[in-house]
Amino acid sequence: MTTTTPQATPAVRAQRARRGLAAAPFLAPGVFFLIVFMAIPVGLLAFYTFFKRGRFGGLVFEFTLDNWAKLAEPLYVGVILQSVGLAFIVTVLALLLGYPMAYAIAGLSPKWRTVALIAVVLPFWTNFLIRTYAWILLLNNAGFVNQWLQAIGITDEPISMLYTPQAIVVGLLYMYLPLMVLPLYASLQQLDPSLREAATNLGASPWRAFRTVTLPLSLPGALTGCIFVFVPAMSNFVIPELIGGGKTVMVGNLVRDQFYEARDWPFGATLALVLTMLLVVVIVIQAAVSRRITEGPRRG
Amino acid sequence: MAETTAPATDRAGETAAAMTDGAPAPATSRARRGKPRGILVPLWLGYVFLYLPILVVVVMSFNESRNLFVWTGFSLRWYPELFADEAMMQGLVNTLIVATGATLIATVLGTLLAYGIHHYTRGGLIRAFAIAPAILPDLLLGIGLLTFFSLLSFTLGLHSVILAHGVFATAFVTAIVLARMANLDPSLEEASRDLGMGPAKTFLRITLPQLAPGIVAGALLAFTLSLDEFVIAFFTTAPTQPTLPIVIYSMVRFGVTPEVNALATLLLLVSIVAVISAQRLTRLTGTSR
Repeated sequence: MTTTTPQATPAVRAQRARRGLAAAPFLAPGVFFLIVFMAIPVGLLAFYTFFKRGRFGGLVFEFTLDNWAKLAEPLYVGVILQSVGLAFIVTVLALLLGYPMAYAIAGLSPKWRTVALIAVVLPFWTNFLIRTYAWILLLNNAGFVNQWLQAIGITDEPISMLYTPQAIVVGLLYMYLPLMVLPLYASLQQLDPSLREAATNLGASPWRAFRTVTLPLSLPGALTGCIFVFVPAMSNFVIPELIGGGKTVMVGNLVRDQFYEARDWPFGATLALVLTMLLVVVIVIQAAVSRRITEGPRRG
Repeated sequence: MAETTAPATDRAGETAAAMTDGAPAPATSRARRGKPRGILVPLWLGYVFLYLPILVVVVMSFNESRNLFVWTGFSLRWYPELFADEAMMQGLVNTLIVATGATLIATVLGTLLAYGIHHYTRGGLIRAFAIAPAILPDLLLGIGLLTFFSLLSFTLGLHSVILAHGVFATAFVTAIVLARMANLDPSLEEASRDLGMGPAKTFLRITLPQLAPGIVAGALLAFTLSLDEFVIAFFTTAPTQPTLPIVIYSMVRFGVTPEVNALATLLLLVSIVAVISAQRLTRLTGTSR
């Protein structure tokens, strides 16, 4: 893997070969499995994007750039922008809701911290589809939120909430909020409390101590949380379909439809790869920003 | 703070300030005791948001009526009806088969990979490759495998879901066992090798027993993730062999009966037990280290 040594003497090479031989029984099965069932399938998708669709799914071996050109059509540009927008809103809301939660948990006594954290994680271990379905029970016209609103007298007529973009946002927020709280908690909990105490002892107001000490030091956790929420929110197709009623189309829905309805596998593969590339770009930006934050102070 | 001009008195002033204003212990405990209660309000609101939907489902699982939205009275009827529902039970069996198969694959491959990565690789390339499936969007892996299997004319079914789930489950087991590995004392392995045991024997006799808690934790995680996984299973199974999440998905799409509420309540119970016992397990292994 690494050929950093300028000149590999035969002895070194022999030693390396022996090492490789010893490593093989441990590494080879897993690496082989992942090459066959991950690398090749994903590579195959990339290959498919340059060919024509078959009539009933699959493809015809005829080179084309049409699949990539098709992305520029306003319809698809719109869907991609809409997905980015929705995932972005969900991420911001998760940060606004998750930060105070993580902050409160980090301030609890160790015993209650564990309980509070389990309580955050528990819904996440409940079946994803059942949690989605729970929101249908709540948001339906005959559902419980409408029943409660009518009981308090806020509205006489049921308000349509299900099958709207807002419902998708609520559903995605609900699904991924724990993924925001956990990394935030991890970074807040590592904070040395004496730093904040020093700030307040030196006369900073609690708000100023928070803003100048706690907030910057918790930024890496916040960024990690944002990635944890943004990435799955962006590719989810179940919530837009079940809670959004299929009226608001996200990239994930489009991919699913290319495989199950339109039977245009090459274009579906193109969309999925574009989605993945977008996510990779977001992750790379996040990594760069968080490296800058953590290294910044040391550089002075 | 005392403002003084002479440097000598400055230092003296500082110590004096620390003495009078000091007594840091009572100051911090006062701060802790006097922490505003308001800080807990967003936390409680967050919990309301997280648990209200679940609570509604649990309550409605004891509803007498077939109507999903109107409470008519207490009844346990949906529980026996759930167990009499063949589609649901078949889905459950399929899911358990898939999760068991995927966990077996992932536990063996992931443990070997973690050991190999820890001992024989320096760069992060193989490590990144082994953990990549955990980060890869499920959608991409799902359609990739669908395309791959159909190109090979490989018949889809539970076996293809097992392989597909094995991919991401391997990544999680690798990551967890690697983390455990980093905390192991290397001198035991070195001693074993110095005494002439080969790598395979060292692995089986020395490393494996020490890694056991990590392997169990990884296997549990792999099993749970597979139980719950929908997207990849959706693309890689045959329509005649749906896993439980796929059964629920089609029920939600085409008409729900309160059986789903009963199922949700039972699954919730299972995950509460699983999460709490996993917590106990990690705490036990944490202290034994």
